[in-house]
Amino acid sequence: MTQTGPGGSPAGSGSAAPDRPSALRLVWIYPDLLSTYGDRGNLIMLERRARLRGIAVESVQVNSDQAVPAQGDIYLLGGGEDLPQVLAARRLRADGGLAAAAARGAVVFAVCAGYQVLGSVFGGAEGEPVDGLEILDISSGRGDRRGVGEVVADVDPGLGVDRLTGFENHQGVTRLGPSARPLARVVHGVGNGDGTEGAYAGRVLGTYLHGPALVRNPSLADLLLTWATGPLAALAEDEESWTRRLRAERLAAMSA
Amino acid sequence: MSKLPLRARLATTLGDAATRVSRLTGRGDGSVIGGVIGLRLAPDLLAQLAAGRQVVLVTGTNGKTTTTRLVTAAVGSLGLEVASNAFGANMASGLVSALSGAPDAPYAVLEVDERYLPAMIEATRPRVVVLLNLSRDQMDRAAEIWMVARMWREALAEHQDVHVVANADDPLVAWAAMAAGNATWVGAGQRWHEDSWCCPECGSHLRRDELGWRCGECGLARPTAQWVLDGGSVIGALGGVRELGLTLPGRANRSNAVMALAVAGLFGADVDQALPRLREVTSVAGRYTTVQRRGRSLRLLLAKNPAGWLEAFDVLDPARPPVLLAVNAQIPDGKDTSWLWDVDYRVLRGRRVLVAGERRIDLAVRLRADDVPFELVDNVDAAVDLVPAGPVDVIANYTAFQQIRVALGRQA
Repeated sequence: MTQTGPGGSPAGSGSAAPDRPSALRLVWIYPDLLSTYGDRGNLIMLERRARLRGIAVESVQVNSDQAVPAQGDIYLLGGGEDLPQVLAARRLRADGGLAAAAARGAVVFAVCAGYQVLGSVFGGAEGEPVDGLEILDISSGRGDRRGVGEVVADVDPGLGVDRLTGFENHQGVTRLGPSARPLARVVHGVGNGDGTEGAYAGRVLGTYLHGPALVRNPSLADLLLTWATGPLAALAEDEESWTRRLRAERLAAMSA
Repeated sequence: MSKLPLRARLATTLGDAATRVSRLTGRGDGSVIGGVIGLRLAPDLLAQLAAGRQVVLVTGTNGKTTTTRLVTAAVGSLGLEVASNAFGANMASGLVSALSGAPDAPYAVLEVDERYLPAMIEATRPRVVVLLNLSRDQMDRAAEIWMVARMWREALAEHQDVHVVANADDPLVAWAAMAAGNATWVGAGQRWHEDSWCCPECGSHLRRDELGWRCGECGLARPTAQWVLDGGSVIGALGGVRELGLTLPGRANRSNAVMALAVAGLFGADVDQALPRLREVTSVAGRYTTVQRRGRSLRLLLAKNPAGWLEAFDVLDPARPPVLLAVNAQIPDGKDTSWLWDVDYRVLRGRRVLVAGERRIDLAVRLRADDVPFELVDNVDAAVDLVPAGPVDVIANYTAFQQIRVALGRQA
């Protein structure tokens, strides 16, 4: 286990809130295998939005030759190419730590290849079925063509999260089982392939929005933080204004 | 040229005419259109134009255009003409234009897009293939890099007569090059490790130390280098050490220069013969150029992906003048700006940072997350108006860089 390296943590200096005895523990799973394109952004956003609220944060990166720690509060999984994805799934199954953490109610947030790994099965390099972690009731395979481009999707109203905006780049098709709910309905893009996007059950949530999905979706970041720490204070206007401007620009570009 | 079949001769003649029209009408620099027309008339034109020449192909994620220029200069020290696609037109049509424009050149040094290396090896039957590096780049349109490495490996395994000059410090590159019949290994360094934490052969986490990288599981390890970049010096295959003393700035260019010297060595040009030619290279397709604008000296740096940004930061003026960053997300840039989150911008703290480009809001959000204060500007001239007279560093990605060159006019 190593502390977050360069680029990992904003300088925002938060201290522990008085009612929190210990720091919020963020665990980034296998950045050596599952980190293709800006996945670090999710860790940076969670760290920042917690610290700005006075919540102390402790981040660890767990490489594929290390054991997954049992005591994390939020576990993050990024995207990956076909071969690294298969290797990551094999090692996470052998390790067992992530499944155990999910079973005791830890928050898990996974994007793209990491999302597929959470399910029962996904398509390998040649489309062959590969066993997943069975943390989320989904199964994935390979579609006919890659879905590449901007995504807009409306989130399950029960979650209280703003419209999703992001980028997808995958060839996966994902079907949800009875114990998972769609995260969102696709307005623009491909998502799971059946008009839905992503999935969640309990505190495990996955999406095809790849890379820094939480950057353009701060209310989704706050949902994860709320699951881990309880109700959150609002952030200052100057913190939210740039993100709001980016969201408005991207959503306008898609409706033009 | 006269040995070309009639159809190929006609194809190159018509293609060359199109090149001239493209230049005269100002539609382009003519480095692609002639080749496109020629190839349509004779699909095997590239093979015919390459036949009988000593061909070097140069590929990798970053540094292709600069290294092609440096290899051309180094091989040129032998005193014979060298054909080259000097402006980065690196698909088949660009190669055809370069070769048909220099029909009698016995040498050809050609930049090749990394995805097309197997096809270009097939067509041009190169004597040497130069493999620089592989890292994440424009993932919405480019192939995944483990797949690219595998393609290279298979192509080199099929063409055992090719001599590869490869960066031993990049595990993916080295793994691909190990399949070649002959290899010259260069310790060219690798600053960006984020795409090579795991063994390309078996997928285990790689160990790194001062001796390089090695896999604890399958034993794959960094090959011993014959040429080494050691700080500002090159250690040659015969053990001689020379100060590089390049005009081009930065570690990445020193690395590219050592690759070029290794190639020149294969053609019989030693370091003392080739190195002076490398020192004469001052800018490459507008990159590293300094442009005067209303009393400000703008130095133009191109950075297209996270590894490129890391190398560009290395070149920033230590006197900390203002820096203008410009980011677009057009098709040649990749339409996905996620890569911004793979760049550590904290090194810019303490500098005055101006932000431009079509995706400047993406960059603004990124800089804020790194606590780097910035000012938003509409374009390069607005930035010039804001800063005092003196030097300004400009880092831009592909189309943002081209837009700035156009705005600054001919001198860029």
